[in-house]
Amino acid sequence: MAGASAILHRGAAVDAAAPAAAIRKAGTVRLEGLGKTYVSAAGKVVALNAIDLDICAGEIFGIIGRSGAGKSSLLRTINRLEQPSSGRVLIDGQDISGLDETGLVALRRRVGMIFQHFNLLSAKTVRENVALPLRVAGLPAAEIARRVEQALGLVGLSGKGESYPSRLSGGQKQRVGIARALVSRPEILLCDEATSALDPETTGAILRLLRDINQRLGLTIVLITHEMSVIREICDRVLVLERGELAEEGPVWQVFGAPQHDATRALLQPLQHALPEDLACRLRKDRRDPQDHAIVELGFAGLAVPDLARLARLAGDGPLRLVLSQIDRIQGRAIGKIVLALGPMTQPDAFAGVSDSMRVLGYVDSTDG
Amino acid sequence: MLTAQMVDRLQQAFWDTLVMVSVSAGVAVALGIPLAVFLVVSGPGGFLAAPRLNRAVGWLVNGFRAVPFIVLLVALIPFTRLVAGTTIGVWAAIVPLAVSATPFFARIAEVSLREVDPGLVEAAQSIGCRRWDIVRHVLLPEALPGIVGGFTITVVSMIGASAMAGAVGAGGLGDVAIRYGYQRFDTTVMLVVIAILILLVSAVQFTGDLAVRRLKVR
Repeated sequence: MAGASAILHRGAAVDAAAPAAAIRKAGTVRLEGLGKTYVSAAGKVVALNAIDLDICAGEIFGIIGRSGAGKSSLLRTINRLEQPSSGRVLIDGQDISGLDETGLVALRRRVGMIFQHFNLLSAKTVRENVALPLRVAGLPAAEIARRVEQALGLVGLSGKGESYPSRLSGGQKQRVGIARALVSRPEILLCDEATSALDPETTGAILRLLRDINQRLGLTIVLITHEMSVIREICDRVLVLERGELAEEGPVWQVFGAPQHDATRALLQPLQHALPEDLACRLRKDRRDPQDHAIVELGFAGLAVPDLARLARLAGDGPLRLVLSQIDRIQGRAIGKIVLALGPMTQPDAFAGVSDSMRVLGYVDSTDG
Repeated sequence: MLTAQMVDRLQQAFWDTLVMVSVSAGVAVALGIPLAVFLVVSGPGGFLAAPRLNRAVGWLVNGFRAVPFIVLLVALIPFTRLVAGTTIGVWAAIVPLAVSATPFFARIAEVSLREVDPGLVEAAQSIGCRRWDIVRHVLLPEALPGIVGGFTITVVSMIGASAMAGAVGAGGLGDVAIRYGYQRFDTTVMLVVIAILILLVSAVQFTGDLAVRRLKVR
């Protein structure tokens, strides 16, 4: 039942997103039947197969997959660092496959990119690194100086202009990378595993910076990552890529709440809390004693609201104990699960309908758990 | 001890060596760096891939490197006459010395250029750099410490090669050592020349190392 309503809701959400995209300004990406095959001496490798995708202006779109899933190839077709083998890439409706060098240079000034290993020029100072896109574009020196200062201010690195990249921390290097990508005032920012080389604290700071930039400048962000936590942190929509194929796609809360594909479930695994060992080993499949407590898992996929008062009412005189709780708030929706131990007076079936899914994990002695 | 005449002769020889090595080193840089850049960007995976021309130039470079300098010195005489207008003296030695040093230095510079992280080239492309921008702002500056180190090696080996320039009457330290130290059994001259060469090479190496260290401090 919960599954059916989720599917209905999904259809509605996609329809609702379409007209919104038409209203927004520049910064859309459309992939049509995109394919990429690498031919080498060892044979052909299909990196991407028939990917169709629409990225709206101003959204943060995440692409996730295991290593080798084709994320990097996909991202690189958007600024044509990678030439697709088949299909089309449209940026604001313009097919970019036929662009010559001049056209490509113009495109790349509209599509910025940041990298996992920052890729800063070691022989240039921070200021020179950030200035390079404008210098090669032939802007006047005064204009370059003004915009570089502005970009460094935006990423919180004013005063670091004369340093060389080797003197900076990883987080600072990535900020320089972001400033360099933004100094041309692009409509789209591509992020290639931008936080994968950073520690968790710095990762958080860089992700907040990206969200801040997305809101202040209204630019579209397309990011690839292998960490679901990054997707959860800042993305609006997500595409799961598996062996070059589109496994699933949708709003982040939906993909997290009701993953449809094994690849998605595998990627979500690190974020899940397993049932505690001590409880799991005492769990029995059947109720042996009338006094046994039922262990019930209530799943929340973003539709039902975890209403504690209602749960308490259903449990009557109890007991009703909270065993495990893992509720995330993603895009304003409750996603996750809670595990309850129900006393012998409460029928597990009574809880059907309070959450998006319900299952009885097993039974334990009344003295356990 | 050394006679005043010999001191003059050594002085002259020192300058001859210096002129031969520095002029041909200048030529090696002027021609070797473009050659190295070409070999890198036209090679497989380069952004100006031209496999056939790349292979042809590669063979040419290897061909010149395969010929021993003393043979090259003689084999190039017609070419030397064409370029320098003479086949005798310092300028006659500069031509073959430059011809021999250029491919040597080009290969060393090529190795440094290849070591530039491809990610940097990709990043440069992503910010709208054209090919020439990439060479100028990425490949050359990033490879500079390696190129300077390679140039030092080239100069040192050229100082060695210039000892053979006496074969075309170019003079220089090596020539003095052979003619006076070896053929006339003047051990003092031999030892003095060796000492000067050691000092010269040490000075070159020291300067080169210092420059590389400075560049790498960034």
